Amino acid sequence: MPAKTRQRELRISNLRATISKKPILQGVSLSISPGEIHAVMGPNGSGKSTLCHALIGQPDLNVEGKAELDGENLLAMPIEQRAKIGLFLSYQNPVAVPGVNLANYLRTIYNAARAPAPPISIPEFEKVVQKEMTTLRMDESFLERYLNDGFSGGEKKRCETLQMALLQPKYVLLDEIDSGLDVDALRIISKDILRLQKERKFGILLITHYARILQFLKPDKVHVMRAGRIVRSGGHLLADKIEKEGYAQVDGVDA
Amino acid sequence: MAKEKKSQEIIQRASETGASIASSLAEQSKSIQNPPNFSFKVDEKGLSEHVIREISKSKGEPDWMLQKRLASYKIYKSKPMPNFGPDLSKLNLDDLTNYVRPEGHSTRSWSEVPDDIRKTFDRLGVPAAERDFLAGVSAQYDSEVLYNNIQKELESQGVIFMSMDQALREHEELVKKYFMTTCVPAGDNKFSALHGAVWSGGSFVHVPKGVKIERPLQIYFIMNYPQYGQFEHTIIIAEEGAEVQYIEGCTAPHYSSASLHSAVVEIFAKKDSRVRYTSVQNWSKNVYNLNTKRALVGENATMEWISGTLGSGVTMLYPCSVLQGRGARADHLAIAFAGEGQVKDSGAKVIHQAQDTHSVVVSKSISIGGGHNTYRGLERILPGCKGSSTHVRCDSMILDELSSASTIPSMQIEEKDVSAGHEATVGRISAEQLMYLRSRGISEEEATRLIVAGFIEPVLKALPMEYAVEINRLIEMEIEGM
Repeated sequence: MPAKTRQRELRISNLRATISKKPILQGVSLSISPGEIHAVMGPNGSGKSTLCHALIGQPDLNVEGKAELDGENLLAMPIEQRAKIGLFLSYQNPVAVPGVNLANYLRTIYNAARAPAPPISIPEFEKVVQKEMTTLRMDESFLERYLNDGFSGGEKKRCETLQMALLQPKYVLLDEIDSGLDVDALRIISKDILRLQKERKFGILLITHYARILQFLKPDKVHVMRAGRIVRSGGHLLADKIEKEGYAQVDGVDA
Repeated sequence: MAKEKKSQEIIQRASETGASIASSLAEQSKSIQNPPNFSFKVDEKGLSEHVIREISKSKGEPDWMLQKRLASYKIYKSKPMPNFGPDLSKLNLDDLTNYVRPEGHSTRSWSEVPDDIRKTFDRLGVPAAERDFLAGVSAQYDSEVLYNNIQKELESQGVIFMSMDQALREHEELVKKYFMTTCVPAGDNKFSALHGAVWSGGSFVHVPKGVKIERPLQIYFIMNYPQYGQFEHTIIIAEEGAEVQYIEGCTAPHYSSASLHSAVVEIFAKKDSRVRYTSVQNWSKNVYNLNTKRALVGENATMEWISGTLGSGVTMLYPCSVLQGRGARADHLAIAFAGEGQVKDSGAKVIHQAQDTHSVVVSKSISIGGGHNTYRGLERILPGCKGSSTHVRCDSMILDELSSASTIPSMQIEEKDVSAGHEATVGRISAEQLMYLRSRGISEEEATRLIVAGFIEPVLKALPMEYAVEINRLIEMEIEGM
C-alpha cells in the first residue's frame, strides 16, 4: 500500500463483533481526534461496552471491520501491543489481582510502556508515582495494597486514573466509569481525568448509560447506540435531550 | 515502596553473605572437620540386622540406640507401604544398601551434574563454593567463622544447637528422652520405621526455659557438617516460654544421586513457647522425598510450620501439630510446586486434644508442565475441646492442560462448641485477570508471572526475604519454559 500521511485519530469503521456467534456490534463507525471527547450513550444491552472490549482486544470476541490508532491497525495486534501504542481502557469494574503489590505492579506497567528504553530505578519511579498520587490526592499507603483487592468503588476508579496518568495513553476508553460512584465522587474523578486530558491532549471515548457524567466531562460529540449500531450522533444538546426524554424519543432518527 | 527497598537491601546482603562465606571457605578449607565417618563393606544386598549393627558400631553409638535401630527395623519389615498417596512402586526397597550408603554425600565430578541444575545455579547466582556443595561435587559446605560466632552467642544463653550425632555423644540423656519416643515413634509409618533403623545426620536444638533466640537458626548457612543426609533426624525442644525459629534447606536445587530421602522432625513446644519451623526443599527430580514431621504443642504455646516444597520427584509431606495443652495454637503455611515429572502429595494434620486450641492451615499449590499436586489434610477436634477452632484454606493453581491438582481434605469434629471451616479452590489463571494486566501493556508471560507470584504471596511473605525472592525466581523460570 502506498504510504499515506498518517491521520492522527482513533478511527473505527464498520466495526462488527460477535460473541459465540451472537452479533453484538453490527457496524459501528466513528473517529476521535486527539483532545476530543466522544460520548457513546445507550440503554443496557445496546453493545456500548462491547465497543471498548473489541477495541482493546478481549479474546472471546470475534471482531471484523476496521479500527486504527493513528493509522496503525489495532485489530491485528495482541492486547498488550494495543496498550503500548497508546490505547487505554478504564474498566467499568477492574478485576482484583490478590497478592500483587500495587507499587510493584505500577512500576512493571510503567517500565513496559517505556520499553525498549531501559527500566527506571525504584527510587526514580518513586518520585514519578508520588507526584501523580499527590495530584490525585492519594495516600502513599495505597501502594502497599494488592491490586484492586478490597478496593471501594471510588478507590478502583482512582487506581484506574493513576494508571492512566502513568501510562500516558493517546486515546482513553472510559467504560461506564460512573457506575458505583455517587455524584461527588464522580465530579472528582471527572475533574482528574479532564485535567490529565487538558495536559496531554488525549482523545476520550466515554461509554455511559446516564447523561449525568456529561455535566463534568463535556463531550464534543454524542453518539446514541441501539442494538449494536449508532442510531444517532450529535452535539452536547443530544445528551440533554436523552436526559429529559429518554432513549425512546431519540431512537429511530437517522444518525 | 518501603517494603521493596527492604527486599533490595536484603538481596544485596544475602549475596554479600554468600560471597563472604565463599571466601572464608577457601581460607578454611584446611580446617574443615570431617563429619563422623563410617564405612562398611556391603556383602549383602538389602538392609539387614548386620548392616544396622555396622552403622551403629561405626558411629560408636550407645547400646540403647542400637536396640532402637533394631526394633525400628523389625517394625519396618512388618509394616505395609502407605495405602494412600502417590505411586511408590518404582521405589526399590529391596536394594536399600544403595540408599544407606554411609558416605551419604558422595562426591562426583561436575560432568555428572545435570544441565538444568547448572542452569538454575547460574540463574540464581549461587556462589561457586555453594554450587560445589549443592551439586555434591564437594562433600560439605563449611562456614566455620560464622558458625563459631553464633555458637558462642547461643552457648552463653544455654542453648544446645549441634548435629544429632554430636548431641548423642554429648547430651545422651536428653536425646534418649526425646528421640522417637512420644512425638514420632518408629511405628508411625513404614518410612519412619525405616528412618529409625538407618537414620544419620540432622540436628538437635534445645532452648532452655524463657530463652528467646532472636536470630533464626539457619542450618544451611551455619552448620559445619553435611546437612543433607538421606535420613536426617531433627529434634527441637523449646522449654517453657522459650522462642526459636529454625530454617532448613535452601531454594537452590540440590542434586542427589540417592533416590530415597526420609527425614524425621520432632518438635516439642512446651507451655508458653513459640516455635517456627521453616523448610525449603529443592531436591533433584530423581528423589523420593518421604518425610514425617510432627510437633507436640503445650499450653498456650504456638507452633508455626512454613514450607516451600519445590523439588524431588515424589513428595509425601504432612507436617502434624498435636495441640495438647489448653490455648495451644498451630499455623501451617505451605507452598507446593509440581513441574514436569513431579508428584506432590502434601498437606497438614492437626489434632486438637485440649480446650481453646486453634489451628489455621493455608496451602497454595502450583502445577505446571504435567506436574500433579494433591492437598491431603486432616483436622481432628476431640470431644471436650470446647472453644476450639480450625480453619483450612487450600488453593490450587493449574497453569496448563498437562497438569492437574486435587484436594482431599478431611475434618473430624467430635465437639459441638467449636468453629471449623474449610475453603478450597482449584483453578486456572483467570482470563479476566490476564486480560486486565495485558491491557496495561505487559506480555501474557509476565502477566502470568505476576498472577502466580500474587497467588503464593500469603505464604511467601512468611518466609525470609531472600528465600521468597528466590522462590519467585524459580517459578519465573518454570513459567518462561511453558
